[in-house]
Amino acid sequence: MTWIAIGSISDIPRRGARCVDTPEGKIAVFRTADDQVYAIDDHCPHKGGPLSQGIVHGVAVTCPLHNWVISLETGKALGADEGTVRTIPVKVDGERLFLALEALASRAA
Amino acid sequence: MTEKLVIIGNGMAPGRMLEHLLEKAPGRYQVTIFNAEPRVNYDRIMLSPVLSGEKAYEEIIIHGDGWYIANGITLYKGHKIVAIDRQAKTVTSDHGVTEPYDKLVIASGSVPFIIPVPGHDLPGVLTYRDLDDVQAMLLAAQSRAKAVVIGGGLLGLEAAAGLNAQGMDVTVLHVMPTLMERQLDPAAGYLLQRAVEQRGIKVITKANTQAITGNGKVEQVELTDGTVIPATLVVMAVGIRPNAALAKEAGIAVNRGIVVDAGMRSNDPDIYALGECAEVNGMVYGLVAPLYEMARVAASQLAGDEKAAFVHMDTPTKLKVTGIELFSLGDFAEGEDRQEIVLRDAAAGVYKRLVLKDDRIIGTVLYGETGDGAWFNDLKKKQTDISEMRDTLIFGQSYQGGAPLDPMAAVAALPDDAEICGCNGVCKGKITGAITAKGLTSLDDVRAHTKASASCGSCTGLVEKLMVLTLGDKYNPAAVQPMCGCTTLGHDEVRRLIKAKGLKTIPAVMQELEWTTSCGCAKCRPALNYYLVCDWPDDYADDYQSRFVNERVHANIQKDGTYSVVPRMWGGVTNAAELRAIADVVDKFEIPMVKVTGGQRIDMLGIRKEDLPAVWADLGHAGFVSGHAYAKGLRTVKTCVGSDWCRFGTQDSTGLGIRIEKFMWGSWTPAKVKMAVSGCPRNCAEATCKDVGVICVDSGYEIHFAGAAGLDIKGTEVLGLVRTEDEALEHIVALTQMYREQGRYLERIYKWAKRIGIEEIKRQIMDDGEKRKAYYERFVFSQKFAQVDPWSERVSGKDKHEFRPMASVGFAEAAE
Repeated sequence: MTWIAIGSISDIPRRGARCVDTPEGKIAVFRTADDQVYAIDDHCPHKGGPLSQGIVHGVAVTCPLHNWVISLETGKALGADEGTVRTIPVKVDGERLFLALEALASRAA
Repeated sequence: MTEKLVIIGNGMAPGRMLEHLLEKAPGRYQVTIFNAEPRVNYDRIMLSPVLSGEKAYEEIIIHGDGWYIANGITLYKGHKIVAIDRQAKTVTSDHGVTEPYDKLVIASGSVPFIIPVPGHDLPGVLTYRDLDDVQAMLLAAQSRAKAVVIGGGLLGLEAAAGLNAQGMDVTVLHVMPTLMERQLDPAAGYLLQRAVEQRGIKVITKANTQAITGNGKVEQVELTDGTVIPATLVVMAVGIRPNAALAKEAGIAVNRGIVVDAGMRSNDPDIYALGECAEVNGMVYGLVAPLYEMARVAASQLAGDEKAAFVHMDTPTKLKVTGIELFSLGDFAEGEDRQEIVLRDAAAGVYKRLVLKDDRIIGTVLYGETGDGAWFNDLKKKQTDISEMRDTLIFGQSYQGGAPLDPMAAVAALPDDAEICGCNGVCKGKITGAITAKGLTSLDDVRAHTKASASCGSCTGLVEKLMVLTLGDKYNPAAVQPMCGCTTLGHDEVRRLIKAKGLKTIPAVMQELEWTTSCGCAKCRPALNYYLVCDWPDDYADDYQSRFVNERVHANIQKDGTYSVVPRMWGGVTNAAELRAIADVVDKFEIPMVKVTGGQRIDMLGIRKEDLPAVWADLGHAGFVSGHAYAKGLRTVKTCVGSDWCRFGTQDSTGLGIRIEKFMWGSWTPAKVKMAVSGCPRNCAEATCKDVGVICVDSGYEIHFAGAAGLDIKGTEVLGLVRTEDEALEHIVALTQMYREQGRYLERIYKWAKRIGIEEIKRQIMDDGEKRKAYYERFVFSQKFAQVDPWSERVSGKDKHEFRPMASVGFAEAAE
């Protein structure tokens, strides 16, 4: 598995997100209140809202467009809504963050 | 010995007559039918769904070929009878078939009325009568071109809706001022017109067609007022008249239609007539119910029952256009001996009118909600004395009897397909079904699963009633609605405890008030953040991660993820330099949309998030600050030009508006706050539907509040009159602070005022000078920390992580 460095955990505010631009679109990288890091496509399964702009609570984010709540762990919509967004493996090495590039490559294929 | 029965015409009336006759007197007659149309008996009422594509011809056949064979009936398709020889008792068709009869039934129906304007015979001018017309229209509709329907009655509107559904650009011309004026009163006609227009069909009333013109085929329709409407298809649906020509030629008594007695017999005892061609007691009929009654009577007569008689009946009219609910019955003209009961619900598009005479219903018009039509029809038919239930009559059947005025019964009586939530198009059956199937017990659950009441919320009451009806005692709406799923406490309780316990951070609130989640949710976090900002302006560090994205990036997110930016224009006043700066920014950042807002500002839409700081920097150079168009805070103060310019202006309304805005900008409030100052009671700044408004008068400033012009529409309440501008500012600021301290997050001023009571607010702000001063002081204190331009802060680097990607990866591999 190829791990691509994307920066430091301190680049992301707690209960917040930053984006990583990739050829296949934006990936939202989240940091929870207890410093866990998750990466999912920055694209709500509902209407494509930018999930990175949502409010982060627990291990979930609420989409800013229509308030869908998406699990950061599974990428699944929580509650009554149904839909899934792709999750991307993240590795934390000390302060440094890496995303698994295979996921990008296999999706492009 | 069997008698020979010949029927001219094969529409719905004779078809029904034969069904009755075969049942009452099987084998008595040998039946021969001549049908001018080359087909079997089909349901003419369903032609509109065929035209709109909702049904196929095969689905509307009443009697297929097999039925005629099975019953030994000879059907001549495409044979038009051209002569009746009453002496020889024969009929002859245009194909030369001559058939003798013992009894003859004329059911030749009606012919569409053609307005004899020049060009009415051009190719492309059609009527709307039979399947051939529909097929011709469907063919014409393939062009997706323009069609004109002449006639805004039942048939015309159904034709228009069908052609519209087939993709044509349709204009309806109607000679009268309102649509369907024979069945609807003007109010319902207006609602109908609106609904028709909402489908994209253009309607021109009081339209007199002068000519249809074109070179060899229809190209346009010209009206007497000079209007010219391009069209490749013209449908005339202006009415029908009984087709009685054949009978007249045969010497049978004809008035408007073929004159028959109550037994459907003409002046020739062996000849009957029924259907649209027949005239009984001076009346001709066009709706199916009386025609079927004629069929029943004629069949009984032919079977030997000479007592069978037709009795006049009013028939309700219903429009067969999907999505338009309309019911009309009887006589609804006004008159001195008549009374009426009217119910209007403009928001729901409902209009109901009952016309009464001697305590009996003689006419009914229902629009938008027709569920009680059958009941009203029944009351009218039975001539029921309604004086006992008069007060609740208009609300319908469910309000009568055991539990008058029980709204629960009304909801219970709604049909399953009744729409409950207009925003999301959710019907009753879907809601009750979801409650039962998924075991939902809370309003939030129902919202989540069905989306009902999840948008504007105006149907929440209905949804709750449905929950009570479905769940019974199991539904127990909490006396206090909790803030969200993370707590059992309501907003007021949380606000009280924040002050009482001196809680000054979100984690402290969650810990002390026993939140059930680790870090809240998207509902409670922004609310708590506001409460803390408001209550501890000097101590509390605003938690940006608990703000909605708009307040985090100080712009409004749009559906495509871009943002819109609205610079502040104090009091709605601007100048050349500002406009030039805006124009430059629009050019430089290729901003796709620039729009003037309702609050007298300029909105630039479609800005990429990465560009926001640069846009703000350029705007900042011109002196602009954030317009807070994204904030739960003070948005705008609209003004008129006031005494400086206006000949009616009594005070400097522009100056006061700017002063208020400069004093109050940057303050956070429970929900957005929009204000306006008008220089005189003509109220050009529209101050009387604002959260706070001022109407200037000669003697001072009349302060208004608690207006609404959004989901709800509500005129303002008057707080009171003050003499000077200083006093006006103090009172407005104090009022706003009171709202800031008491309002629940997202609760607009008018809702807060309704909860607290107008009188109580007046007492604290107008009458209690000390309280007012204290509110004022607390607002001024909090402004010390709030009045920082968020745009210039971000231009100087604050929160820069918000506006750039963390990294860009993978682009080298994908390089083109």
